[in-house]
Amino acid sequence: MKRVFPAPLVSVSLFAMWLVLQGSLAAGDLLLAAACAIAIPVACAPLRPLPVRIRHPIVIARLILVVGYDVLRSNLAVAFGVLRSPWRAPRSAFVRIPLDITDPNALASLCMITTVIPGTVWTEYVDGHGLLLHVFEVDDPASFIAEFKARYERPLQEIFE
Amino acid sequence: MTALVTAAVAVALSCYAVAIALAFVRLVRGPAAQDRVLALDFIYINGMLIVLVLGVRYGSSMYFESALLIALVGFVSSAALAKFLLRGEVIE
Amino acid sequence: MTFAASLAEVAIALLLVAGGLFALIAAIGLVRLPTFFIRMHPPAIANTLAVWCTALAVIVHFLVLEGRLALYVWLIPILLSITAPITTAFLSRAALFRERQRGGDVPPPPGGGPL
Repeated sequence: MKRVFPAPLVSVSLFAMWLVLQGSLAAGDLLLAAACAIAIPVACAPLRPLPVRIRHPIVIARLILVVGYDVLRSNLAVAFGVLRSPWRAPRSAFVRIPLDITDPNALASLCMITTVIPGTVWTEYVDGHGLLLHVFEVDDPASFIAEFKARYERPLQEIFE
Repeated sequence: MTALVTAAVAVALSCYAVAIALAFVRLVRGPAAQDRVLALDFIYINGMLIVLVLGVRYGSSMYFESALLIALVGFVSSAALAKFLLRGEVIE
Repeated sequence: MTFAASLAEVAIALLLVAGGLFALIAAIGLVRLPTFFIRMHPPAIANTLAVWCTALAVIVHFLVLEGRLALYVWLIPILLSITAPITTAFLSRAALFRERQRGGDVPPPPGGGPL
């Protein structure tokens, strides 16, 4: 089992993506999708990707919803900040955030979340020392850090560790 | 294709055109190399959006394939440029 | 034309125009904002909201006009939300590195170690 499906999640995603791209459920498409789902993870195994172990699907779904909502909110905030910038420059700053998560997959997810949200850009991470984040509009760094940790870091900790 | 959607497509396309022109200003002015890479990244996203909107205009799903290709190739080139800025070499 | 179809037309038109306007705002931010790190934020609007709006418009358009569910268009936002962070993180890291070498006004690394 482990040898046929070294990365079950990748296999499932590839299968689904192939069918969505083809837009059909014909027998031939199902067969090709299954071939892709089996062959590509095996072919990628020599690259030795880190094994991913995730738990709590409900927490994942809630995190995706939270991030989607934050992306919308932050988009509007940044757009408003840009339009207002001739009169009032955005109060952007670098914020230093101490991180508790150490799992590389969780860190990669956190990087993805922060960069997809327009108001924050992941700038630098030093192992064991934390993260340097550039924030578009920040009034109170302490409350920003507390909210950041509660909204994104804690769910990721539950999912990956 | 009704007049409303045709007009909306025209408005969206002109918005993207102006956005690309503005990004070209940033591309030429710089001042640093990273600003130019950022502007290029923005220009390819807008090019991809233009192709998607043209797909609505002409009612063809073929445009989607080219939009996907633009997204992929643009990502690879931007990542290579950013990597080059970081170390001065594309492949280490 | 039925009522539902004309409602869909209005939705498509609004989504297309919204996507264009958000891209335009992002471009204005790219040109007008003062420093590089602030300028990194507006292009993310084009990467997320503008692409979401346009992809949604394309999906609704094909659903109403041709009656087929063009879900594959939603692969573009998914793909972009995976690839754009990589570029952005590389670029901000490179910018920080170059600014430090130039002696610019950027903070030292967390923990104050080398790098």
